[in-house]
Amino acid sequence: MEKFVRREGLVAPLDRANVDTDAIIPKQFLKSIKRTGFGPNLFDQWRYLDHGEPGMDNAKRPLNPDFVLNRPRYRGATVLLARDNFGCGSSREHAPWALLDYGFQAVIAPGFADIFFNNCFKNGLLPIVLPADVVDKLFREVEATPGYRLAVDLENQSVTTPDGEEFRFNVDPFRKHCLVNGLDEIGLTLQHADRIRAFEDKRRAEQPWLFE
Amino acid sequence: MTAKTLYDKLWDSHLVRQEPDGTALVYIDRHLVHEVTSPQAFEGLKLAGRKPWRKDSIVATADHNTPTHDWDKGIRDPISRTQVETLDANIREVGAKAYFPFRDTHQGIVHVIGPEHGATLPGMTVVCGDSHTSTHGAFAALAFGIGTSEVEHVLATQCLVMKKARAMQVAVEGKLGRGVTAKDIALAVIGRIGTAGGTGYAIELVGSAIRALSMEGRMTVCNMAIEAGARAGMVAVDETTIDYLRGRQFAPRGELWDRAVAYWLTLRSDAGANFDKVVALDAAEIKPQVTWGTSPEMVTTVDGKVPDPAQISDPVKREGAERALKYMGLAPDTPIAEIRPDKIFIGSCTNSRIEDLRAAAAIVKGKRVAASIKLALVVPGSGLVKRQAEQEGLDRIFTEAGFEWREPGCSMCLAMNDDRLEPGERCASTSNRNFEGRQGAGGRTHLVSPEMAAAAAIAGHFVDVRKLV
Repeated sequence: MEKFVRREGLVAPLDRANVDTDAIIPKQFLKSIKRTGFGPNLFDQWRYLDHGEPGMDNAKRPLNPDFVLNRPRYRGATVLLARDNFGCGSSREHAPWALLDYGFQAVIAPGFADIFFNNCFKNGLLPIVLPADVVDKLFREVEATPGYRLAVDLENQSVTTPDGEEFRFNVDPFRKHCLVNGLDEIGLTLQHADRIRAFEDKRRAEQPWLFE
Repeated sequence: MTAKTLYDKLWDSHLVRQEPDGTALVYIDRHLVHEVTSPQAFEGLKLAGRKPWRKDSIVATADHNTPTHDWDKGIRDPISRTQVETLDANIREVGAKAYFPFRDTHQGIVHVIGPEHGATLPGMTVVCGDSHTSTHGAFAALAFGIGTSEVEHVLATQCLVMKKARAMQVAVEGKLGRGVTAKDIALAVIGRIGTAGGTGYAIELVGSAIRALSMEGRMTVCNMAIEAGARAGMVAVDETTIDYLRGRQFAPRGELWDRAVAYWLTLRSDAGANFDKVVALDAAEIKPQVTWGTSPEMVTTVDGKVPDPAQISDPVKREGAERALKYMGLAPDTPIAEIRPDKIFIGSCTNSRIEDLRAAAAIVKGKRVAASIKLALVVPGSGLVKRQAEQEGLDRIFTEAGFEWREPGCSMCLAMNDDRLEPGERCASTSNRNFEGRQGAGGRTHLVSPEMAAAAAIAGHFVDVRKLV
């Protein structure tokens, strides 16, 4: 996994609550057996005017000019500003894969659904929870300011506006450690293989029916 | 000794180790696997040169992509077929306790086949790359959905790295009215606390109305915990749990059964255990529920109306409601009973078990699907449910009424196969999500109980099923 220490980039605002993972990447694209290539179908049903299916040449499809990511001023955005309960619904990890593949590196919202939040960290996409009034203020600033950028500093746990205003955010220390150092979590867990084996042996003795 | 919640007991009994900050290594007993969220995990395992830790924890099936008709013709969509064949190959290579491939007589929706084979047992941790894994909490298991990276993590280590959630108690006391079901409890809870109300919590459902539910009903309620934002929902063990499990294929037998039951009966919250949040509902006040919008929290009662966004003060909620009504093609203040579905879907991991099919068949028996309904589908949750229903003659009740009787699978809950809504079509669905495009691009979903879906099929519009039973 790529290390995430400090990033800075253009912000795109997605002003709706409860954005679900079906919206982030619709089911027809889940048939892929790969982890890559989902970016062109991120928000597919909002982004294009036609119905998308795997295998289509997305460059030739009609774009929905009203969808925020299609506005020229947000082209190249790497920070997504969102509303509460972002990523709710299905556990599909294709959702963070699609956001990353599109180019997003961080998502800022007042709240995230648990499974999506978890999946982001496993892939180096940083979900940042900021208070609703701060997110409101950022929405106003982004919409009023073409070229609005934010600096995200994971080490320092801060988001900094172009005016130098700084907002601190909380992040789980273990998750931060893994992300800042680009660590393989499975490798870390396997360092405790003896503990897992000992636990398993004890469990097998106590509840043998679980191991039949 | 401090009083423990059921969740405390399940958590504590699976702790391999814990850091001072609470980051824990949690042991996983049962790993359910399906074709959509596993290929990248198996590939990652192989690329890293790792072996699966305990293959006999794996129970796998193909359910999301599989067609529900013309099974002899195979899977026509080549991309879907590749995904299902990839699962076949991965299980062949890695091994499993049980695999129910496409066209197997025991194949079905992963959350239906786990319990019906006794592969889900009380006291287990159960995970699957599928958010509706919360279903298995009905057996006092700690069961939750995970992403594909975590699928790989469990394959490689038999553990997950996680922090303990907070505990919420949802108490439903009293007696449900006739025609009011587990699905209505679930939707009423979501209507109360919202789709983010359970975020960060594990929910335990308690109360006389929950105790009175069958295991099928408890599975329906736990299944929808995730729609309230909670990764896990759970119900304590009682005689209903034990009776359901007795004699199931993978349930213990003989002396082990007795030992297991003695342990299982301890899987309940102690008196005085502390919950971080408590929500109480009066069962007698719950009416049949119908969703009107594009989030399960956008729900009202069958005798209610579509809301008027102008009356909603919160601007984010108001815009959400306006957008939802536009998508759903509904005007404010439309009575629910005037909404006319084009299609009916009875199925999904929420409501495709034998009891659901019996309840729907009881409404349909001797009647005809309304002429305005383009398609009415019944998709049993598994091959075993299908066989049982056919033995009881339920298939004939449905087909004589004009329903189609299909092969098991996830089907039109998420429309990865051919079963789907066309743009603008409206569906009365027993599934769990009414998100935009969920049942097909541009499709409009109203979530209801099996009884309500069946009644809407006959009447051609939503009707208060309490008047029919």
